[in-house]
Amino acid sequence: MAFTPPKEVNTGKVYSVTMGTGEKAVTIGGENVLPFHGFEGVVPNRPAIAFDVLDIAPVDWPDSVREIYAGVSDDPVKWAKYCVETLNAKAIALRLSGTHPDNGNRSAAEAADTVKRVLDAINVPLIILGSNHVEKDTDVLVKAAEVAKGRNCIIGKAQEANYKTIAAAAMAHDHLLIAMSELDINLSKQLNIMITQLGFNKEKIIIDPMCSALGYGLEYTYTVMERIRLAALTQNDVTMQQPIVGDVGMYVWKIKEVSASEDILPEWGALKERGIAWEAQTASALVMSGAELLIMRHPEAAAAVDAFINELM
Amino acid sequence: MLIIGEKLSIIAKRVREAMMRRDKGPIQEIAKAQFEKGAGMIDANIGPAEGAEDLMAWMVTTIQEVVPAPVCLDTTNYEALEQGLKVHNNEWGRPLINSTSNDPERFPILELTAKYNCDVIALTVGKGGLPADAEERTNIAVELMGRAAEYGIPMEHIYLDPLVLQAATTQDQALKVVQTIKMFQELNDPPMKTVVGLSNISNGCPKHIRHILNEHFLTLLIYEGLTAAIADPAEIITTVKTVDILMNKTLYAHSYLEM
Repeated sequence: MAFTPPKEVNTGKVYSVTMGTGEKAVTIGGENVLPFHGFEGVVPNRPAIAFDVLDIAPVDWPDSVREIYAGVSDDPVKWAKYCVETLNAKAIALRLSGTHPDNGNRSAAEAADTVKRVLDAINVPLIILGSNHVEKDTDVLVKAAEVAKGRNCIIGKAQEANYKTIAAAAMAHDHLLIAMSELDINLSKQLNIMITQLGFNKEKIIIDPMCSALGYGLEYTYTVMERIRLAALTQNDVTMQQPIVGDVGMYVWKIKEVSASEDILPEWGALKERGIAWEAQTASALVMSGAELLIMRHPEAAAAVDAFINELM
Repeated sequence: MLIIGEKLSIIAKRVREAMMRRDKGPIQEIAKAQFEKGAGMIDANIGPAEGAEDLMAWMVTTIQEVVPAPVCLDTTNYEALEQGLKVHNNEWGRPLINSTSNDPERFPILELTAKYNCDVIALTVGKGGLPADAEERTNIAVELMGRAAEYGIPMEHIYLDPLVLQAATTQDQALKVVQTIKMFQELNDPPMKTVVGLSNISNGCPKHIRHILNEHFLTLLIYEGLTAAIADPAEIITTVKTVDILMNKTLYAHSYLEM
């Protein structure tokens, strides 16, 4: 008798979430199987990659990634356009780092103006990220959500300490919302519950269980993402069925492995390839564990992950 | 675990009066309240309904007008059952007949089960009185399963009911019922489904301790793999959710009771 491979059939399904508007809108999620298990069910959408763009020129990025954006990084509008037009980015993540009190402390109004100008320049979906400063983000993201009305952006990140204000702003202006918790699946679920108890549509949340780079706790992120997917699919847990974001670039491009030169550590190999490989490896691991949206920095790493996704789809 | 809401019973005065007057208001209010509290199915107990053969159909329609769930049709009246099955909306699941048993008078229920391709509760009692222990219940279950098979009823359409007895009068039976739940499942692969009329355990007890007996008994039964309970969802929902957490069937979050 011919061997028939057993199929895992799940009761749950990941919500299908569309970001952006018009022809360039991107839909992620929708699968009822573990990542890339298309042979067991449906995987209607591929994971998406958004390119990281900062509102101020990056000073702490290693040269190998900074030099790629050297001609455009003084202006977020040029930078975003470069990603879309030259690097073929399907989505942009605009990180308002310059609003952080320790990093320029730009005002919410200035940040909103940047958001507006970037949105006017691109037609792909936009993820609007604060500076990860709990108090400042509430001001910045509220104004940003307002000026982005009508563009179906992703606003983030809402955390336990500030989710009420940010979720209210996302809800008022019809955006999606990133709910971030710190590598704790139970707190991730709890935050989703609390956000939906505000009246926020649970199908408009993106989960950020907190990223980490290869060698710096990636296995924690991997496990939490995997466990979220299992709860969503096998336990049909409606509070855990949102797509997951992996904010990869930010965590990778600050570790010593992507900046230590080969003169000092020749056994680590060429620095340029090492950095690209590190970001690509980290991102690949996360799409395998359940991430549907990645935020990345190096175009070659993004291209490698894109090819990897093509292979697996 | 599936909760079958027990509150629409002719034994309750308000429900009985609403049934007699064919007043949809109270029926729908109670059905909705049970559904919102976590019932996945609504029991409609209309008693023998002699001379009121249209009552079950009216109940099924009335309930399903407001609740997107299947109905458990609880009566011994063959004609009333058939009328109810005819109008049942199967979009949210198959209807469940409550119940057949090893009493020959209840065999025609199996005919209806086969004819309408629905689910059926098989009470493991015969004509000769109450079962003494888990073995006797299991023997009756095997007979019932064999008979159901003759009618062409798939095993997964059967919910075996061990018959819960009162703790206040037959205390030793409680543990025997728990053991039976485990034994019933072993009768088939995939395991047989099981159901209990939960509040029987506390029948005859003072009101303020009834819910305590019900909830703790339910914990033991769920641990052994109980599929469904006919009960008051408002009373048992915290137990069901908490046991799901302790058995690692749902992911813990501080607000798990609110979900």
